[in-house]
Formats: sequence, structure tokens, C-alpha cells
Amino acid sequence: MPRRSLADVARLVRSKNAGPFWLTIDVMFDDANAYHAAEQQQVFTPARLAALYRLPVEQVRVFAHPAALAFKVSFPRPIPAGSPGDADVFGGQQYAGVLELTVDLD
Amino acid sequence: MKLLAATGMLGSGFREESIVAGIARGAEMIGCDAGSTDFGPHLLATGLAPFSRTAIKRDVAVMLRHALAARIPVVIGSAGGSGSAAGVCMMREVVAEIALEHGLRARIALVGAEQPADRIRGLNATGRIVPLAPSAPLADDTIDSALHIVAMMGPEPIQAALSEGADVVIAGRSSDAAVFAAMPLARGLPPAVCWHAAKILECGAAAVAQRAAPDSMMGDLDHGGFAITPMRSDYRCTPQSVASHVLYENADPFRLVEPPGVLDTSAARYDAVDDRTVRVSGSTFTPATAYSIKLEAAALAGYSTVLFGAVRDPLILRQLDGWLAQLDENVGRRLRELSLDGSHRIVTRVYGRDGVMGELEPHPVFEGHEAVILWEVISASQEHSHAIAASLSHMAVHNPIAEWHGLISGLAYPFAPAEIDRGPVYEFTMNHIVTPVDPLELFSIDMVTL
Repeated sequence: MPRRSLADVARLVRSKNAGPFWLTIDVMFDDANAYHAAEQQQVFTPARLAALYRLPVEQVRVFAHPAALAFKVSFPRPIPAGSPGDADVFGGQQYAGVLELTVDLD
Repeated sequence: MKLLAATGMLGSGFREESIVAGIARGAEMIGCDAGSTDFGPHLLATGLAPFSRTAIKRDVAVMLRHALAARIPVVIGSAGGSGSAAGVCMMREVVAEIALEHGLRARIALVGAEQPADRIRGLNATGRIVPLAPSAPLADDTIDSALHIVAMMGPEPIQAALSEGADVVIAGRSSDAAVFAAMPLARGLPPAVCWHAAKILECGAAAVAQRAAPDSMMGDLDHGGFAITPMRSDYRCTPQSVASHVLYENADPFRLVEPPGVLDTSAARYDAVDDRTVRVSGSTFTPATAYSIKLEAAALAGYSTVLFGAVRDPLILRQLDGWLAQLDENVGRRLRELSLDGSHRIVTRVYGRDGVMGELEPHPVFEGHEAVILWEVISASQEHSHAIAASLSHMAVHNPIAEWHGLISGLAYPFAPAEIDRGPVYEFTMNHIVTPVDPLELFSIDMVTL
């Protein structure tokens, strides 16, 4: 089965603040096939996302939301939103690494 | 019970026809969230609103005129952008102006959420304040340095204001959903229905399939669930668009914590009623053992001066990391010589390498034919930050590379002066929960008749 990147397969990938102290990333699929393949192949696990973002694994929370055909990854922001050193007040551009994750799909 | 959300953020706009449509369908209240921490800590720190007074006034005027004519209440939460005393005051002035201009009469409730430092110190001393992950326990220093502290009210103060006969509730910092949950909860509708509907309504039309512009949303609540419908006829809610909405801005999509307890959406069902209305049912609500209220605070972080320069020379770009490290070292030495090395911070962001994601960047390697470097100096005074930035800008532009034998100018500064004084900058300093004895004790209600 061809290896497809989430950038090509997902309906929407976004990141946003969940309050000033947490960041949350959503990956939504259009079709159940892609969602279930990602679930079966364990594309979204705390270990994989922690490695991608170089964060301690115990800080990374992953959720599967089948009713929305979506996955969510949340973790504490390294710097609170709007604090000195922050480069993304809304937290909207922190998902690029997730786009490179792949899923094997027909 | 039918609830109408004017839009997701007061001042962001909505069509007047949407309000008319909502009232025609039997809306019993019009609500709107007016604040957010999204924009940054400066709203809470300074009392500044997130949109212009013109934009805010336009939205409030449309809501007010139609609601008062239909004899239904208006509830505005987190007034003024941060829900501080200044925010409530600003909203009160806007409402008073509108009332005068349109010859409107109304009973206004002002619900204050701002907290004096000594009250918070007292609550902290009696062990009633705990940190949320990833924060540490609340230190006295944090309370002392806060410019403004607000507590995020639940539905009870809003209910109290409405039962005192308010036509318009101008609430300080509120749980966004409490703005919409207050009335149906008071009517005895199930908490799970009230809170889940409120969580969707507070974002206005955000839960539609394709939102071209902010607009209104209607919730029709009953004892078994609720139906959600957008008011713009070209918008549609679908089961997936509504189910997706719990993802937005929530760290956990299934466990949504509100002051009186936790909304669990994990078993919710989203069923299409028609091609633009979705019925939601199946969420549950678990009352908390202790009623809990979130605290927010903003403090001064310092005074900022920024320096924005760009590099086009490929010989510098191929050794960018080393070139910048050399600069850091030289700057440190120079600041010590000038005795300017006292407490300050220089933040360096390199766009083209890792400016956007910083330490989260998976590929922190410079790529491209031009780099933008944004330096920010933060210290206890504008003068000090500016002085440091002025030395930094001069050293940066002449920072050498081995390949070029002679004095170079390695940065393109688009502005003169290159150093831009940004003024005071702030930070959010509280991420804590307080457990009061009573849901009303931290909030004040003042009634005004216009």
C-alpha cells in the first residue's frame, strides 16, 4: 500500500492555543478509511508526537474522536502565549511536523 | 428553549438579518462572548479591547435594538476583551451611548469579575488555590506583581443578574459557555444539554461546514438534547462539522471543565435533522466535588525594543548559526564594557530556520536565499532596552565572516531607526483554580437603569 503523508490525506490539520498555556493540534479526515488506517497503524501516539516535538512523553496527550474522524494532540506550550520569547501568539503555525507523518493507504 | 448567539467574538461582526431571523424563530436570549486570552496578555494588562470601538458598538447596537424590541435579554460575557473592571466599564459606556442614540430604555446589570490582590492572597493562604498543569503553586510574588487579576465566573452570577430584572447583562470575565448555559440551567434543562449547546454557541457560527465570515448560531434545547442551526441561509451544520467543534481550542475534546463540573462529550451523538441542522444528544455532566473558578492575571514583563534585519549573502547564510553565535559573544562582551549587561534578555528569532516554531521546529536548518532575523531586547526600562538594541544593531551589521576581507554590512535593515521601541510587554502569570465557598462570592452585581 502506498505511503501517503498527512499533508495529502487529511482534510484539515491545524494548531491553536487551548488557553495561553497549552497548544492543541487537530488532524481531521474526510473519509473513514483514512481515519481508521491512521488509528490501526498507530500514527498518533504520545511517543511518536513527543519524539517529533522533542517533548517529554508524559506531557503529550493524544485523543481519537471517531465521530469527527479526527485526532487531537495537546501539550503544554514551552512559552506561554504572548510571553517574551513566544513566536506565535495564537499558536496557529505549530503543526508542520505533523504534516510529514505518513499513513499506508490504498 | 431557544438561544441565539450573535457571533463568536463581539466586534467580529454578523449580519443583522441573522438576528432578525433568530428572533423570528423564537430566540429567548441573545448572547455573545466579548473576550479571549487568544490575543495575548495586553488586553488584561491595559484594558485595551480586541476590536475597535466602532466594530464593538455596531455589534452591540444590533443586538440591543432587536432584543429590547422583542423583550428578550442580552448577555455579554468577558466584556471589553478581558472581562476586567476596565472592560466592563467600557462596555457600559458603549451600551449607554447606544441607548441614548436610539432612545432605548433598559435595566443593565454590571457583573464584576476583577479580584483585589489581598482577596487572592487570603484565598491562597487558606489553601483554596491550586495550580493547573503545567504551573507551579501560586507564589505571593505572582499575586503582588499582577497588574489585574480576574476570576472566570460560571452561570450563577449571570442568573442572579437576570433574576434581578436585567435586560442586559454586562459580565466581566466569564466561562464562555456560562454566557449561554445560564438561562437554560435556571429553567431546569439538563446540565449536559445546556453546557454542550453553550460550548458550541459561544463560538457563533464557527461549527458550520464552511464559514466565510463570522455570524450567528441558534440552539434549540430540550430535555433530551439540542438542535444547532446557523442563521445565515448559505451556512450548514453537518454532523461532522458539529462533532469537530469540540476539538476547537480544547486540550481535551471529551472532558470539558466548567465551574460547576465536567461535561463529558465522549458518548455524544451527532445526527442530521436536515441538510443544515444537527441534533446533539448523549453527553453527560458530572458535578464537581468542589465548585472551581479559573483565575487569570497579567503582569509587566518589561519594555521591549525590536530589531528586524535580513541577510541575502549566501556566504553568510551558509554559516548563519556560527555567525549569530559569534555576534552573541561579541555583544555580551560589549555590553559588559558599557555596564549595560544588567538584567535584560535578548530573544533572537531566525525566520528561514526556526523563527516560527523555535524549539519545536523539527528541521531547524536554514534553507532559502534570504533570512530574516528578529531580535527583541526586553529589560526593566525602555531606555535600557533601546541602548542594548542600538549596540546590537551596529555590531550585527558589521559582524564579519572569514571569507570577506574588509568591513562588511551583513544585514539589510528596512527601517530607520532600525531599533523599534515597542513599549511595555506583558505576560499571563496565573493558570490556577480557586475553590470559593459560594459561586457568587468573588463577583459583584450592580444594577443601572438607562
